[in-house]
Amino acid sequence: MKPAAFDYHAPRTVEEALALLWNYGEDGKILAGGQSLVPTMNFRLTQPTALIDLNGIEGLFFLREDDDELRCGAMTRQREVERSALVKRIVPLLHETMPHIAHAQIRNRGTIGGSLAHADPTAELPALAIALDASMYVRSFTEARWISARDYYVGLFTTSMQPDEMLLEVAFPGLPAGSGWAFEEVARQKGNYAMCGAAAVVDLAEGGSVGNVTLVFLGVGEAPVEAEQAASLLVGEKPTAAAIRAASDAAAKLDIDPVGDIHAGPAFRRHLAGVLAERVLTKACERAAGHERQ
Amino acid sequence: MEQTISVSVNGRPYERSVEPRLLLSDFLRHDIGLSGTHVGCEHGVCGACTVLVDSAAVRSCLMFAVQANGREVTTVEGLDGGQEDLHPIQHGFWEKHGLQCGFCTPGILMTLVPFLEENPDPSEAEIREILSGNICRCTGYQKIVEAVQLSAILLQEKPG
Ligand SMILES: Cc1cc2nc3c(=O)[nH]c(=O)nc-3n(C[C@H](O)[C@H](O)[C@H](O)COP(=O)(O)OP(=O)(O)OC[C@H]3O[C@@H](n4cnc5c(N)ncnc54)[C@H](O)[C@@H]3O)c2cc1C
Ligand code: FES
Ligand code: FES
Repeated sequence: MKPAAFDYHAPRTVEEALALLWNYGEDGKILAGGQSLVPTMNFRLTQPTALIDLNGIEGLFFLREDDDELRCGAMTRQREVERSALVKRIVPLLHETMPHIAHAQIRNRGTIGGSLAHADPTAELPALAIALDASMYVRSFTEARWISARDYYVGLFTTSMQPDEMLLEVAFPGLPAGSGWAFEEVARQKGNYAMCGAAAVVDLAEGGSVGNVTLVFLGVGEAPVEAEQAASLLVGEKPTAAAIRAASDAAAKLDIDPVGDIHAGPAFRRHLAGVLAERVLTKACERAAGHERQ
Repeated sequence: MEQTISVSVNGRPYERSVEPRLLLSDFLRHDIGLSGTHVGCEHGVCGACTVLVDSAAVRSCLMFAVQANGREVTTVEGLDGGQEDLHPIQHGFWEKHGLQCGFCTPGILMTLVPFLEENPDPSEAEIREILSGNICRCTGYQKIVEAVQLSAILLQEKPG
């Protein structure tokens, strides 16, 4: 099908874009990479009055290091992040996860900000943003604020941004030396949205027991789900295979309540969550231990 | 309201007045008559509509023609550079029977142009990964993989 008619605006500055968004309110839609928005417009599931295209705002395309953080402009292409040596060095978990997002042709257009703002429950980046404790810089015509990733995701395709707010930048804290990380997912076909995925970040304390652990799932809830009970079981323990297995079982049984869809039923998703948790926790702990020995 | 855009397609400049909702794929096929770019799904899944925009492979069904204003687009019609001879990748597909009905072929070829430039000697796994973004319902992909392997060799042998 073809999209319904709309007014098209291609602002050159953030201020211009924010003024347009303010004017149109709920009837205006931001167009970033278009890789999620345009399909829904082609199906006429979305029929915005106006599109505000951010592709001409140069100031939104950047990747830089600032105080041990990776700062990423909202319009930075997914492909650019995948290939960036800076990203690989300071946030290797992000580097490792990028190829799981769709296909190269889609990552050539798709943006970091678009994926984060779209809040698809099976998307990789929202789950990573929580695992990495990222913060989003959001502005409206009149106000600006930082939102932590944990407060940014509130439900199915829903963030805590208002319709007149725009995501401008994301800050990912660099992974400190001594931490370990891992991401894994299961999808029916490479590049498809995953049925379930898991990201883990681990710090080991003095003596090799687990200091901090963050385990986040995608595909098992309306938003990314943080496995808090699993984490609390593991903190303070030596990262043995048995301790990791116990935590992974807890994650699959207690931390999530998946619903089924045509791609996978709830029991299968729960099973995947347990298996993936065990894999990412094991790998993250091994990496953390490897760091320590250096 | 229509907008005037100037786009270079296969090195030739075009100026047209278009509605903002016109997809780049439809602009190429209907407005300038280059029907080599195929449209399978119109939601980004099949890859048949893949073209190069400023040398990067993208889905033309997920871009509006107005967004190509001032850009360089390359379609399958631009592959042979205007000469009689087929592009080495087209040769590879011809030799190895990398197509049956041919519907998916233009999108696959356009995906492969930048891929083989960056990966002149790809492994089979890398070939299968790049092909994952293009759906072919005829071949079972085996012949396509072989065609890509031959194309890589032909590209390296290409004089100049
Ligand atoms: C075949 C296919 C497979 C895919 N597979 C995956 C996958 O496996 N994993 C995955 O994560 N994604 C996948 N995607 C989606 C892809 O990653 C998209 O690029 C991404 O979800 C949206 O980013 P975008 O830049 O294209 O945003 P757009 O499509 O332009 O926008 C998406 C939404 O976010 C809003 N928005 C965009 N930018 C901003 C901003 N700066 N501030 C506020 N709101 C904004 C838009 O208004 C719109 O509502 C797939 C897409 C396709 C077509
Ligand atoms: S027609 Fe564009 S991806 Fe299928
Ligand atoms: S050759 Fe028919 S779809 Fe690929």
